[in-house]
Amino acid sequence: MWKWLHPYAKGEATYRLLGAWLPWLSGLAALLMTVGLVWGLFYAPPDYQQGDSYRIIFIHVPAAMFSMGAYTGMAIAALIALVWQIRTAEWAIAAIAPVGAVLTFVALFTGAVWGKPMWGTWWEWDARLTSELILLFLYIGVLALYYAFNDARTGAKAAAILSLVGVVNVPIIHFSVYWWNSLHQGATITKFEKPSMPPEMLIPLLICIAGFLFLTAALVTQRLRNEILKQELHRPWAQQQLGVEVNHGV
Amino acid sequence: MSVVLEAQQLTSVRAGRTLFSDLSWQLAAGEILHIEGPNGAGKSTLLRIVAGLLQPLEGNVLLFGQPQREDPEHWQRQTLFIGHKPAVKAELTALENLYFQSRLDGVQLDDPWQLLETVGLLGLEDIPAQQLSAGQQRRIALARLFYSQAKLWILDEPFTALDTRGIDLLHQRFAEHLEHGGALLLTSHQPLTWSGERLQRLRIEAADE
Amino acid sequence: MNNASTWQLISCIMRRDLAVALRRRSDIINPLLFVVIVVTLFPLAVGPGPDILGRIATGVIWVAALLSALLGSERLFRDDFLDGSLEQLVLLPAPLPALALGKIIVHWLLSGLPLVILAPLCALLLKLPMDAWGVLMLTLLVGTPMLSAMTAVGAALTVSLGRGGALLSLLLLPLFIPLLIFAAAAVESTLVGTSAYGQVLLLAGLMLLTLTLAPLAVAAAIRVSVN
Repeated sequence: MWKWLHPYAKGEATYRLLGAWLPWLSGLAALLMTVGLVWGLFYAPPDYQQGDSYRIIFIHVPAAMFSMGAYTGMAIAALIALVWQIRTAEWAIAAIAPVGAVLTFVALFTGAVWGKPMWGTWWEWDARLTSELILLFLYIGVLALYYAFNDARTGAKAAAILSLVGVVNVPIIHFSVYWWNSLHQGATITKFEKPSMPPEMLIPLLICIAGFLFLTAALVTQRLRNEILKQELHRPWAQQQLGVEVNHGV
Repeated sequence: MSVVLEAQQLTSVRAGRTLFSDLSWQLAAGEILHIEGPNGAGKSTLLRIVAGLLQPLEGNVLLFGQPQREDPEHWQRQTLFIGHKPAVKAELTALENLYFQSRLDGVQLDDPWQLLETVGLLGLEDIPAQQLSAGQQRRIALARLFYSQAKLWILDEPFTALDTRGIDLLHQRFAEHLEHGGALLLTSHQPLTWSGERLQRLRIEAADE
Repeated sequence: MNNASTWQLISCIMRRDLAVALRRRSDIINPLLFVVIVVTLFPLAVGPGPDILGRIATGVIWVAALLSALLGSERLFRDDFLDGSLEQLVLLPAPLPALALGKIIVHWLLSGLPLVILAPLCALLLKLPMDAWGVLMLTLLVGTPMLSAMTAVGAALTVSLGRGGALLSLLLLPLFIPLLIFAAAAVESTLVGTSAYGQVLLLAGLMLLTLTLAPLAVAAAIRVSVN
């Protein structure tokens, strides 16, 4: 049944397929991000409580959402890599992790920036921010493990195991951190949640979310293409692609 | 003569280097396959693939016609692998190491003292292995060969650190194993002094850089 | 033909691990001493007033336990890797996760269980009110197996790397966080007067989940490291 997927286990077919998607993904990303951000940052009405400083949510919320989404994607790639021994999936882990890590960092940074005008401090142990911080460490761990080995395949498999261990823990960590936060009644910066959002704010937010989705997808696709090329450099199709003859022994 | 071990189109790439590709060979009962080649060429990798510690990039290994992937446990019960490192616990004495090792091999040692004597360790049995010489530690590891009933022996550099007496002892034991229909796969940089017929050689060269 | 049963192999590995570990007493004692020393540092750092100390006691003891677990993690697989026993472990005709669980249990007996016994001493030094001591020991009893299991996962992943120490901390500490949160909260509840029952039960649940899943991850990681 899955025979049609078999060519994509190797590099070349996937490279070409991703190459076909990439312009669409990038185009949509650019379009949606521009529309969403311009609308949200300049045209949406100010919040009656937080004034203009709430506008950071147009970046913070999608970044946080996809930081977790990317981790899930990475874990799925890890599962495929381990169970079916598919090399493209191994490379996908390395492609997704840095993008996810950057998204997490953006979420943290924008969360901190949001906090400053509200609470006067650059950092509060808010449930979401704490959870994002831990997620950042999980991403860095996966990357560190991936590149710690001499043999790339061994590193990829180790990172895959770690991603799966992480993905099981992420909901547990999330739950425990939120619970801890409620226990200690810490400051909640991110109380600005969906229920009370009027459509003038909701729509640009949704557009930004869609924009981040395509941005993440485009970045991951580009990174995966690069990784495929790098790993398959010894094969003729890759050398042709680069228009370069690679000398053995380099 | 029954084929004990068969390799089909084995290909292995490690750390970006292709060690061997499309390698096929057979090993029958009563035969030795001696894998030779320069250091780092891939001899140990081949052995480890056959033992089941490593997966080849492509290809299959079959024991008595059955692929390794299908029933690894069955494979493991029939195979004895001794790698580069002797797997001797430094803190335990020779006797304790033998005791645990034989249990792990599923063997009840009736007379451990006899075994110690055979491998030339009688009198050293109460000393923690870390205080023994490299050759003596290797003898503890090789003692497994003297009680093993596994059909296929896979040995990586078994003669390391052994003196001539030790080497002769091993040769004798190999001969007995082959008489009983066993098969042997080994690497060694030293040339094997062995009477020709049942010996096959396989040479793995480093790829031209 | 190796006819040993799975149980025989597991028990043999466990007995061997125990025998080896008992010959290396310092490997067992040092992590415990570490906890006591860390505990001693806090009164020196924040002053000996019972209010502050009592407040932070649980947190300090648990964090010290986590750090000590990291320190003692090499013991699990490093020696086996270096002397070739780890590859022999992979080749045993028994399910590798079961063998891994056996090793984890032995590790816990020599690292987690002594900590439970050491806890009252630490509680005394940090002026934790005595009515919380029982719950502290209970959280350690239930939580340290989890600690051993997760440390085993990290240790198995990094055993073939030369200088895995700092990497191991990076990998494991985020995963320890739920354990830390619930264990500390359980003791806090007791101090405040509410029941810790719910949190302890939650900890027990997490522990069982970990002991079920971790051996699978450890087995996969060992196979990768032996590569």
